[in-house]
Amino acid sequence: MLAKRIIPCLDVKDGRVVKGVQFENLCDAGDPAEIARFYDSEGADELVFLDITASSENRKILLDVVTQTAENIFMPLTVGGGLRTIEDIRNLLRAGADKISINTQAVENPSILEESAIRFGTQCIVLAIDAKRRDVANPLEGWEVFTHGGRRSAGKDVIEWAREGVARGAGEILITSMDQDGSKTGYDLPLLQAISNAVSVPIIASGGAGNLDHLLEAIQIGQADAVLVASLFHYREYSIDQAKQFLKNHGVSIRL
Amino acid sequence: MINSDLPVVTIIDYEVGNLHSVKKAFEKLGAQVVVTQNPKVILSSQAVVLPGVGAFKDAMESLKRLNLITVIQEIVRRQVPFLGICLGLQLLFEESEEFGVAHGLSIIPGRVVLFRQGQKIPHLGWNQIHLVDRQNPLLRGIPENTHFYFVHSFYVIPADPQVVIATCSYGIEYACAIYWKNIFATQFHPEKSQKMGLRILKNFLTFVEEKRGQVHGNYSSY
Repeated sequence: MLAKRIIPCLDVKDGRVVKGVQFENLCDAGDPAEIARFYDSEGADELVFLDITASSENRKILLDVVTQTAENIFMPLTVGGGLRTIEDIRNLLRAGADKISINTQAVENPSILEESAIRFGTQCIVLAIDAKRRDVANPLEGWEVFTHGGRRSAGKDVIEWAREGVARGAGEILITSMDQDGSKTGYDLPLLQAISNAVSVPIIASGGAGNLDHLLEAIQIGQADAVLVASLFHYREYSIDQAKQFLKNHGVSIRL
Repeated sequence: MINSDLPVVTIIDYEVGNLHSVKKAFEKLGAQVVVTQNPKVILSSQAVVLPGVGAFKDAMESLKRLNLITVIQEIVRRQVPFLGICLGLQLLFEESEEFGVAHGLSIIPGRVVLFRQGQKIPHLGWNQIHLVDRQNPLLRGIPENTHFYFVHSFYVIPADPQVVIATCSYGIEYACAIYWKNIFATQFHPEKSQKMGLRILKNFLTFVEEKRGQVHGNYSSY
């Protein structure tokens, strides 16, 4: 059976991992390549890098980081953050990324989804959507798309945008709940359900994981195909293997 | 400097996909790797790898533009050990229904078809394989139900079921690894499948070394 995926996510700024990563056995906990190698050895199913570098001149650093990281891992690597052009995408894929994730630029210029899907294949185009509830207490009011790292409303409905993105060539959707992100109180399950029902491509759930039950809920109730996890693993609250054993014991198809 | 004791793997660069990850995986295993689109280099290879992700038709057009179609057919005719990965497996067949009908390398009889409705497309992630031919050199040491990493929307239906050495279930059971006259091919990505994926590539290298040993009559020295 196709396994549900556990995907650690690293925020990278100016070539360094930000947000703490606390592993005693790493020489340099800020080095993306070293952390990537560690997660590879732990049996992560994939890895996501989100580049939160502000300035464009630092893009070259990201390319170097991706090259060094890809050198030593044997699992899929997705890179996202600040991609503007087909050339940016091509450079990242050449540097060793397997997939790229597009957020703001896809909202501003949706045709980049078609262009990149035609050139590189839909399988390497991940549409990242930052979603915020219109009414925090009532999911029936729906979700609004936000861009620019969650600072700006795009004036789009999340479910409609997900459908459009897939129609334009996105091969996967990375959906982040801005309401839940950092809360450690669980994923936005109605959001995951709504997206899963709306599109036929795989869904990666992001934002809100605080314990292993949350991962299970995202998969069993939210119907997510994969869960993106940051602090839960970075701070060593759980190992990837613990998370996988837990999910497997609860009947989830998992690769151990 | 090429060290003659190590197998040299030639990866065909036809300007699609992520060749780098295949290259570094073989290098990790101690092989020497040449990435090229030069027909002469490819024709003099000990082992050839055809990787690839992306669109079938574009890939065939690239191979045509680079004059590599007859080169690959010749390599196969000479029974040089060959490994196709993902799109590199699909291209070996006769035709694909991707964007209308596109013609492939026609080395192995069969077709490439789209997964039917009812499953998420692409088939993306880690899925288990079922071993059909446990004795096949490519599958040495690979347990039944091992997970490998897949990313694809199309799958192959070989005309001759004998070429199928492993299958995968995704709505239907389909061929995910094949072997025919020194040609190996996998629908999954060994270079992205951590330890077990590297084992597959190692098995291919071992096969190459054994072939070389037979040709030179000095198998024991390996």
